[in-house]
Amino acid sequence: MILLVVEYSNGKVSKSTLEMTTAARGMGREGPITLLVLGSGVASVAEQAAFFADQVLVADKPELAQYDPEVWASAVAQIAREGEAHTVLIGGSRSGREYSPRVAVKLDAPLIEDAISLTGRSGALVAAHYTFLSRVTETVEAEGPICVVTVKPGAFAAAQPANAAGEQYDAELDLPQPRLRVTGKTAEKSERISLADADLVVSGGRGVDSPEGFKQLVEALADQLGAAVGATRAIVDAGWRPYSEQVGQTGKTVQPKAYIAVGISGAVQHLSGMNKSKFIVAINKDANAPIFKIADYGIVGDVHQIIPAMITELRK
Amino acid sequence: MRILTVVRQVLDAEESVSIQDGNVALEGRKLVMDTMDEYGVEEALRLREGAAAPAEVIALAVGPARTEEALRSALAMGADRAILVETDAPLDVIAVSSVVAQAARSEQIDLIFLGGQQADWDSHALGAATAERLEWPQATWTSALTLQDGMLTGKHDVDGGSESFAVALPAVVTTQQGLNEPRYPTLPNIMKAKKKELRRVPLKDYGVSAKLRIVGVEVQVKERRRNIIDGKDAGAAAAKLVDLLRHDAGVIG
Repeated sequence: MILLVVEYSNGKVSKSTLEMTTAARGMGREGPITLLVLGSGVASVAEQAAFFADQVLVADKPELAQYDPEVWASAVAQIAREGEAHTVLIGGSRSGREYSPRVAVKLDAPLIEDAISLTGRSGALVAAHYTFLSRVTETVEAEGPICVVTVKPGAFAAAQPANAAGEQYDAELDLPQPRLRVTGKTAEKSERISLADADLVVSGGRGVDSPEGFKQLVEALADQLGAAVGATRAIVDAGWRPYSEQVGQTGKTVQPKAYIAVGISGAVQHLSGMNKSKFIVAINKDANAPIFKIADYGIVGDVHQIIPAMITELRK
Repeated sequence: MRILTVVRQVLDAEESVSIQDGNVALEGRKLVMDTMDEYGVEEALRLREGAAAPAEVIALAVGPARTEEALRSALAMGADRAILVETDAPLDVIAVSSVVAQAARSEQIDLIFLGGQQADWDSHALGAATAERLEWPQATWTSALTLQDGMLTGKHDVDGGSESFAVALPAVVTTQQGLNEPRYPTLPNIMKAKKKELRRVPLKDYGVSAKLRIVGVEVQVKERRRNIIDGKDAGAAAAKLVDLLRHDAGVIG
């Protein structure tokens, strides 16, 4: 079977789950698609998931109320073993990429990370993924009875639900105690469209000069366009913006239709998080800024004048 | 206490990538210790300096002979000694995690630092895979750390935010930018590093082989228009840009 671990938030199946379903349906490997739902109070998640699977396994337990890498890895490996899965698909979220290596080690399986394509080929699985800070596409082949794959968010189209729901079964699990004790949480919320879902992203860097500058330029332009807001590591570290807005190697990877970089010089770590955008627009006063090398349209000029002028132009 | 800090030698982030003989060309390019690993070396040194009991920092790398340079950088920062598991074979993360775990066992390590992501593999897996092999807990993407009486507390990034955590040693910790400011090696320390112990071990002693085979490598080139507009007249430049976005790119209504 193909085992797919369902990602969800606030009681709703995430887009990443639907994308993984597309990957599972299209990879050309035999066997039922089995979705695994791990959590506490997840009946409605399981119901939604059932429309994307041949069968759904549900582990609805208080011990699963909070994600833990060791607990999740243990659960997924047990199900994969019992169900004799040949492919385990896990979301390319921070948590998915954190526990999937444990699953691979437990199953003595190869691990393919952040797959952007996936094809079964005579006993082997072939996948492409980005390497070298997203500047290289590498194709890898994994042989053997089982392979663990994390799927890059946004790389596959979201699957459509089936007409009939798959069967639901309760999963029996023997779970370990979590050893990493969580003592506090800082959730980051935004009223705007999320970076992952946005067709348009407006991002700001040091060139906006201050937190107020960010609001007046980046947020104002984003609101005018209905775009998501992004930021560079430098200004997140400076405390101007929350981590949830960070785009780049250690933040989010985005692939919108257009990415508007405001006062961003273009450190390679930032570029690796946005260089797959369809169109890249950059506004920066330094004509030699590296961002211009990967921009489709660039304005060499003062963001404090050009962004307000753009907003005026858009309102016309 | 013994701290293991794992170091990879990667292409400098400012170097351009090109393909030669089916691989990313590294010959004649500037190769450096992965910046992500510098945070691990720095944090290990800080813990050693702040420790009540004597602590030892050991740098470990798996790679070809030239990887010695990256280990010398770690020694110059202040690591006590280094181990190079030498191989020219391309290994995947899961295979390397086995080497790291075996080295940690034989060196009786209490704490392992690894980069949150490797700049060559773009992988997040080395920390967690190593932790699993050792049956240790892990804290990934840490941004603050304190060690007291064998208990590590700190902050790390998770889906949609961050968490504070506490975990007892032994443990695996992955690092990221922002955890600390890595020190620059001073000239006397660079000289000293040349004399520090760097032990070479052949990979065959560890009995690992790659589980993944690389079948294709391609530089990701997206042709960009690089249409540059002079912004001296802000109004005219903004109007031109909006027009391009609307009619040329078709991304706004």
